[in-house]
Amino acid sequence: MAKITLSNLRHSYLPAPSGPADYALKEIDLDWQNGGAYALLGPSGCGKSTLLNIISGLLTPSEGRILFDDRDVTDLAPNKRNIAQVFQFPVIYDTMTVRDNLAFPLRNRGVEPAQIAKRVAEIAELLDVEEMLDTRASHLSPDNKQKISMGRGLVRDDVNVVMFDEPLTVIDPNLKWKLRSKLKELHQRVGATMIYVTHDQTEALTFADQVVVMQDGEIVQVGTPVELFERPQHTFVGHFIGSPGMNVLPAQEVDGQVLFEGQAIALEGSVTGAGGMTQIGIRPEFVSLADTGLKAQVRKVSDVGRHSVVEAVVGDTPVKAVVQGETPGAGETVHLAFRQDQTRLYRDGWIATLNEGAGA
Amino acid sequence: MKTENQRAWFFVLPVLFLVAFNALVPIMTVVNYSVQETFGNNLFFWQGLDWFEQTLRSDRFQAALGRQFLFTFLILIIEIPLGIIIALSMPRQGFWVPVCLVTMALPMLIPWNVVGAMWNIFTLPEIGLLGYLMNNTLGIPYDMTQNPFAAWVTIITMDVWHWTSLVVLLSYAGLVSIPDAYYQAAKIDGASPWAVFRYIQLPKMKTVLTIAILLRFMDSFNIYTEPFVLTGGGPGNSTTLLSIDLVKVALGQFDLGPAAAMSLIYFAITLLVSWLFYTLMTKDDAK
Repeated sequence: MAKITLSNLRHSYLPAPSGPADYALKEIDLDWQNGGAYALLGPSGCGKSTLLNIISGLLTPSEGRILFDDRDVTDLAPNKRNIAQVFQFPVIYDTMTVRDNLAFPLRNRGVEPAQIAKRVAEIAELLDVEEMLDTRASHLSPDNKQKISMGRGLVRDDVNVVMFDEPLTVIDPNLKWKLRSKLKELHQRVGATMIYVTHDQTEALTFADQVVVMQDGEIVQVGTPVELFERPQHTFVGHFIGSPGMNVLPAQEVDGQVLFEGQAIALEGSVTGAGGMTQIGIRPEFVSLADTGLKAQVRKVSDVGRHSVVEAVVGDTPVKAVVQGETPGAGETVHLAFRQDQTRLYRDGWIATLNEGAGA
Repeated sequence: MKTENQRAWFFVLPVLFLVAFNALVPIMTVVNYSVQETFGNNLFFWQGLDWFEQTLRSDRFQAALGRQFLFTFLILIIEIPLGIIIALSMPRQGFWVPVCLVTMALPMLIPWNVVGAMWNIFTLPEIGLLGYLMNNTLGIPYDMTQNPFAAWVTIITMDVWHWTSLVVLLSYAGLVSIPDAYYQAAKIDGASPWAVFRYIQLPKMKTVLTIAILLRFMDSFNIYTEPFVLTGGGPGNSTTLLSIDLVKVALGQFDLGPAAAMSLIYFAITLLVSWLFYTLMTKDDAK
């Protein structure tokens, strides 16, 4: 178990990167606390798997250092780092029994047979796979295979960090939920640092205490699920997390006021910086239908079960609102109200209002 | 309304026809010859199982069968491991992949009688490159037309040269289908190169290797053209494999009855060994 520090990490798959566009990872600085449950969340190709492979040692970064408990491991091979990785597709050794699969990492390290038997029994109990210990691993269902590949990581008691690379991809939807809660339970019982890579926000938000959102090789925000939802630091986070995503509306700054479609909008706090492209960000959950306010025409209403999503057009800009109860019909004219403490200004994508409303 | 009738059988007829004329009818002709004696003029005399008994008891048949098994055993024990080793050392990506693949495929594209003729000329003591080098430059006596051991070394080498590529290509296909994650997991698990081979590569190659061994068994057990052109079964009878002997009996001596019995025994052995091997190899998967 260890604290993991990534310092000035950059990686390019090209031998001679010339500009920022050549980097799969641009300048990563991050601390992972010992025993934390982290998620790396981002769309495909954002560099999250690259980052994971760098931590596990399958890739050597072009620049920067990786420290485990302040010990530099940048140049160490994967088997010297005491890490465990669970891959997207379950990796098991087909010809071995489940027992041999679990014992494999220990045997390779020359652990005493008695100690191996004890550890395998403990892990089997932890994973609920005791009754299949003597079956050939190739006969297992995908979710059990994935459990075994997890077990191979956990069987070493000196594991620094367990990494999951989209581990639920091949699992049946109804089993995903079960395996996810198993993971959460494992984290609580084992207490190892765990890093979970996914592009699925539900998986990330349910598993992790801290979510790291990545885009284009950069970290855009690190925060708890609530923080990511309530105060996205970047419009990308707003888009990516939440269903539907945050409304990002074009805005103009005129004489200290922020205008959207010609109307002044009240923001959560004072605006920082100047110039650049400005946008207003507000989650559909905080847009409500009112008697007065922005005049809008309803374009579409979708009933998603517990609530409805109303899409209305203000000028030329569509705005989404989450509405409980009765909804207007398409084509009707409504008025939209934005909750002030949840209305923010973004400048070139990054948040540009101070959170003063919290205290007031 | 669904009508039920037996008309679907008409669709099977063409296949039945085809199989009948390219397999069943010829085999039945052989069966016909194997239980009768004929002196031509379409005159046949019933012999029962006499030819079978005679063939199985004959020293000549037993010796040829022994040579056949030895030949097949030797080429399998060389070609399979050699093929795996070559496949393991071939690059997985980049410029050299197609170069290696085409180079490997070349020997297999050469017609069998040409292979025999090539190796014949190549190894002739006075004019062949290899024969001349061995005898005159290195001073090692080597004459496959005179020395049985040299003849055996030559036919084995020729077969290895001709057919190892098949094992290489099949093994290679098995190897490249292994996802990277397996190698990465093995790295993290601290597996040695031998463990990677034993627990990842070999199991993943099992299916293609089964096919490779089966194909090489059947082809080498039925081999005729190459050794016939190269040594003609000699010197003496030392490289007279089963198929060469069969042709001698059938076309040389025109003993159609014994030759037919011999063909059927030959066929039965090939079929039995292939079936046993395949059943044993796939037994685990069915569990």
